[in-house]
Amino acid sequence: MEIEEGIVADVSLELLTKGHSLAGQLDCKLEAIAAASVADLEKIEEQVFPYGVDVLHLFKDDRLSPYTTLPHTSILAGLFRKEQPQICLMGATIIGRDLGPRVSSLLGSGLTADCTSLEIGDHEDRKAGKTYKNLLYQIRPAFGGNIVAWIINPDCRPQMATVREGVMKKEIFDPYYKGETVEHNVADFVKEDDFVVSIIDRHIEKSKVNIKNSPIIVSGGYGVGSKENFQLLYQLADVLGAEVGASRAAVDAGFVEHERQVGQTGITVHPKVYIACGISGQIQHIAGMQDSSIIISINNDPSAPINSIADYVITGEIERVIPKMIKYYKKNSK
Amino acid sequence: MAFNIIVLAKQVPDTRNVGKDAMKADGTVNRAALPAIFNPEDLNAMEQALDIKDRFPGSKITVLTMGPGRAAEILREGLFRGTDDGVLLTDRAFAGADTLATSYALSMAVRKIGKFDIIVSGRQAIDGDTAQVGPQVAEKLGIPQITYAENIEKIENGKITVKRRLANGVEVVECPLPVVITVNGSARACRPRNAKLLLKYKHAKTITERQAENIDYIDIYSSRPYLNLTEWSVDDVEADKEQCGLSGSPTKVKKIENVVFQAKESRQLTDDDVDIEELMKELIDSHTIG
Repeated sequence: MEIEEGIVADVSLELLTKGHSLAGQLDCKLEAIAAASVADLEKIEEQVFPYGVDVLHLFKDDRLSPYTTLPHTSILAGLFRKEQPQICLMGATIIGRDLGPRVSSLLGSGLTADCTSLEIGDHEDRKAGKTYKNLLYQIRPAFGGNIVAWIINPDCRPQMATVREGVMKKEIFDPYYKGETVEHNVADFVKEDDFVVSIIDRHIEKSKVNIKNSPIIVSGGYGVGSKENFQLLYQLADVLGAEVGASRAAVDAGFVEHERQVGQTGITVHPKVYIACGISGQIQHIAGMQDSSIIISINNDPSAPINSIADYVITGEIERVIPKMIKYYKKNSK
Repeated sequence: MAFNIIVLAKQVPDTRNVGKDAMKADGTVNRAALPAIFNPEDLNAMEQALDIKDRFPGSKITVLTMGPGRAAEILREGLFRGTDDGVLLTDRAFAGADTLATSYALSMAVRKIGKFDIIVSGRQAIDGDTAQVGPQVAEKLGIPQITYAENIEKIENGKITVKRRLANGVEVVECPLPVVITVNGSARACRPRNAKLLLKYKHAKTITERQAENIDYIDIYSSRPYLNLTEWSVDDVEADKEQCGLSGSPTKVKKIENVVFQAKESRQLTDDDVDIEELMKELIDSHTIG
């Protein structure tokens, strides 16, 4: 579980929901781990049990908040050696991407980053003449999003995967569900040496960008052409009450800040309307927005891949199209 | 004070500029159609190393890369910008490595290099985007890690102070040396090549490259030893072959799919006023917007 100021992160709750369904298929327990300060864990049980958690492992120590790598690594590795879980899911957040590889290296188990889908299935290794039952298929776009790879981890446990926020759906299983809480003695897991890294300053701001929950998103790609042209998108977003998103190519080109990136390595969104401006539509972008109810693509290239999943395709220059949309909307909406 | 710094860098296919011929008809990647580049965040990392060398004269920077023979280009790019040495780790036994097997091989090469205070690398490589190799190398070496670094603020009394870029803010951490630091793309861009160094190291080559060269060039490598780029095999770094490459990789690729989107029946519009107005009217009337 990832916890900031006592609140469990959405991505962790999304993974509990996914974990609950995987545990159902495998007929095993769903267990959750939370390691943080006493204050941060005060309201943990009421936040996680409704998602169907059978066992909640707690590690309370004021030195565990805010997160640092080494003590959390010792906790996870120690607990995994004891409990031998089949699967470990983590948010592909800054913390998960710091902790996951360290734990996987320590345990010699494989880790797949930024999965967009997780399924249970069998695998036959013809060369070795072995059949594996009930493996975790870790499915993710690869190679800059040009292909989709199905990764498995046949021999090592746990099978570890990280998933971005918003990719899985968060759903309460039973508001009155009560699992068992196990409080561990932190000193049994963590050495004093694990606290060698000290945080001497920390500024966290609430993100000003709220793309994830915005019903309308105006998103721009490399085809927007420049930072200046992105202003057009902001103007349209402003009149529609929308948020501005971007493809990775636009972020890499410096047109727009990273926190607006939609896609496998950014944010996954499902708005009512997604207006894609000058976005060609690499898989890794489409993975993050294909569940939008209505997709409008504005592109001067009629063969842009994104057009195939769009409900409306406007072939033309955004500099011509967007001002017309703004003008019509201002004139005709209440 | 002077420090020994190792830069972990990777040559990657430029997945950001994937053309239409980048995928073969069978859905596999046509690597030949993709230009090979210096992984962008590894350049940010190298700049942090060069900056330490500026601040602490006498510091030594070694660039370590793993890859096929042509990855020696990465080492030259380092020398052109002011690094001191380069090591290419190359062997068929490394092929097919996942992040864990890669980290094992790199950690063995780091041990062979021997003396180091700071290892820097990019946060992630653009061909995999996993961000796993840095932390895994740190774990294999049994030293702390600082990920998502934006700037190395200071090094004092055996401790390094680093600013990290988090999702919604910044964090400044202090850590004893040695340490592995992975550097974010938001860090300072790498300095350009230096013209003098470019001339000096233009002919820096690995042994494999030299063997393929014209014989006339051969004697310059004995008179100018700095032109010899180190090349190590799996045996040179005393790595256990079982832990390298495909056999050392716990994750396996079950299958690769070419993605087929669920195509929708799209309405085709032009950018004429009448088309745009009709679309906007429809969206407003259906309360989709407004």
